[in-house]
Amino acid sequence: MTALTIERDIQARRLPARAPWLVGAGALAVSLAVGSLGSGPSVPAVVALAVVLYAVTLYVLSRAVEGPRRATDRLAGIAVTSAFGLAMIPLVSLVWIVVSRGLRLFSISFLSTDMVGIFGEMTEGGAVHAIVGTLLVTGAAALISIPVGLFTAIYLVEYGRGPLARAITFLVDVMTGIPSIVAGLFAFALFTLIFGPAYRAGIMGAVALAVLMTPVVIRSVEEMLRLVPNELREAAYALGVPKWLTIVKVVLRTAAAGIVTGIMLAVARVIGETAPLLITVGQLNQMNWDLFDGRMMTLPVFAYRQYAQGGVGIDRAWAAALTLILIVMALNLLARLISRYFAPKAR
Amino acid sequence: MPQGIQVKDLNIFYGDFRAVADVDMEIESNSVTALIGPSGCGKSTFLRTLNRMHEVVPGARVEGNVQIGGVDLYGKGVDPVAVRREVGMVFQRPNPFPTMSIADNVLAGVKLNNRRISRSDAADLVERSLRGANLWKEVKDRLDRPGSSLSGGQQQRLCIARAIAVEPSVLLMDEPCSALDPISTLAIEELISQLKERYTIVIVTHNMQQAARVSDRTGFFNIENTGDPGRLVEIDDTATMFSNPSQRATEDYISGRFG
Repeated sequence: MTALTIERDIQARRLPARAPWLVGAGALAVSLAVGSLGSGPSVPAVVALAVVLYAVTLYVLSRAVEGPRRATDRLAGIAVTSAFGLAMIPLVSLVWIVVSRGLRLFSISFLSTDMVGIFGEMTEGGAVHAIVGTLLVTGAAALISIPVGLFTAIYLVEYGRGPLARAITFLVDVMTGIPSIVAGLFAFALFTLIFGPAYRAGIMGAVALAVLMTPVVIRSVEEMLRLVPNELREAAYALGVPKWLTIVKVVLRTAAAGIVTGIMLAVARVIGETAPLLITVGQLNQMNWDLFDGRMMTLPVFAYRQYAQGGVGIDRAWAAALTLILIVMALNLLARLISRYFAPKAR
Repeated sequence: MPQGIQVKDLNIFYGDFRAVADVDMEIESNSVTALIGPSGCGKSTFLRTLNRMHEVVPGARVEGNVQIGGVDLYGKGVDPVAVRREVGMVFQRPNPFPTMSIADNVLAGVKLNNRRISRSDAADLVERSLRGANLWKEVKDRLDRPGSSLSGGQQQRLCIARAIAVEPSVLLMDEPCSALDPISTLAIEELISQLKERYTIVIVTHNMQQAARVSDRTGFFNIENTGDPGRLVEIDDTATMFSNPSQRATEDYISGRFG
C-alpha cells in the first residue's frame, strides 16, 4: 500500500513549467475583454478579475493533472503572493504621491531658506527652520530617552526580580499605548507648572516626544538583551569579570547591532509626530536654534500649517513630507551601516 | 601555583530545594578528578560551587565549607570575582565571544577587566595560551579572524586557552567534550593530561571511558529518587573505582546496571 502511493507520487504527472504563464496570459486577456465590454476597463477591476480567473483556472487544471496536494500548494502560493501585492499597493502609492507632488517645490533653496517675508502666492521660501527644528527637538528627545530606556532595559534584563520589575514592565506596556496628544498635554502641563503659562520652547516638545519614545526604546533594547545567550555572561563571569563589566563589554557589545536598530525605529516613530509638537513647541516662520527659548518650527507642523493655508502651501506641505521621509530614510541607512559594523562576524 | 581543594559538609540549594547534600571531598593539587553520575544528580551544580558560579542563578545558595589552598571560598570578605580568576571554568558548549577575534578571545580575561597590557606581552600571552591549549599551530595564521569561524573542537580548545590565559590555579570542566566528535575529544583528553602538570583539574563527564582515561581519581554522584538531593556516593582512585568499587551503587552504574 505504502509502496504503491510512493510510486504513484514519484511518477505523478506535472503541469509543464510554462503552464502558469500561459494561464496568466489567458486570464489577463479574458479579463481585459470583459472589462472593455462594460463602460471601459478600470485597472484595479481588470487586475482583480485576472487574479481570480488565474487562481481558479490554475487550481482546477492542477487538481485534474497533478492531484489535490499540488493544487492546494499552488492555491496557497497565489494567495500569499496576492496578499503581498495588496500590502504593497498603499506603500508604493504613498511613496509615489509624496515623491511626485513633493518634487514640485523640492529644491536646494527649499532646503536652505525659511519663511520670513513670504506671503500670498509666492513660491519662494522653504523649510530649513523646520528641518533644524525637527532635528533639534527629535535629537533632544533621543538624548533624554536613550539613556533612560537603555538603563531601564538593562535593569529589567540583568537585575530586576520580583514585584518592582513586574511593575516597571507593566507601566512600560501602558506607556507604549498612550496617545501622542496625551504626551503633549503632559509636557505642556509640566512646563506650565514650572515656568508659567507663557513659556514655549523646543525642549517642551522634546520632553513630549521622549515620553512617547522611551517605552519603545525599553521594549526593543530589552528584546535584544534577552537574545544574548546566557553562556556568554557565564563565560565572562568564569574569567573573573565583574558583572557590570560583563554587561558593558559582553552583553551590550553583543547586542549592539540590534540596539542601534531598535533605537532608530524609536526615532522614526516619533520624528513624524505632529499633535504634541503643535501644542508645545508651536510654530514660527523663522529659524530658532535655541531649544530652551521660544517657539520652533518642525517639519510635521510645517506641513500641517502649509496645507491648512492652501494654495501654494499645499505644494510646500508635500515637499516637507518628502523631506521628512528622506530624513527617516537617511537615519535608517545610518542605522544599518552602524549595525553592520557592530554585528558579530560569522566567518 | 596549583592548589588542592578541600570540601566539607557541603549542601547546595536552589531556593528551598536542596540539590546536593553532605559532600566531603579532598582533591590533591596537580591531579585530575572526574565526577560521574546520572543526569540531575548534582555533579555540575557541585562543580559550579567550586568557583562560586553557582550563586549566579537567582536564589541559589551554599552551606558548608570549600577551601582552595587553605582559603575558605565562602568566608566573609571573599570576593566571588577574585575566586573566579583563581578557578577557571570550561563549559559544556564551546562559548567563544562572537564579537571578538581569536586573539581577543584569548585575551578576554585581560581586556574585559580593563587591564592594560603591552602589545608584545599580549602577543606572548596569546601564543603561550594557544600553545597550552594545543591550538597554536592551527590558528597562528588567522588570529584576527572571529572565534566563531573555528570548528566546534577548536572553539572548545579556544575556550580552554581563554581560561588558562588568566593563569588560574584550578581548572573546572563541565562536560567539555559532550558536544564534540571523537577526534576533537581525543585532542582535549590529551590536552587535559598535559594541563595536569600545571593545574588542578576537576572534570564532569558522562563518558565513563573518558573518566577512566583522563582522571587520577573518580567521584560518583547519585540520586536515589527524583526530588531527593544528590549525594557523593564514593570517591577513590580511578583504577579502584572502575575495578573494585566499595559501593554497590557505583558498581551498578559503572557496569551499566541501573535500578
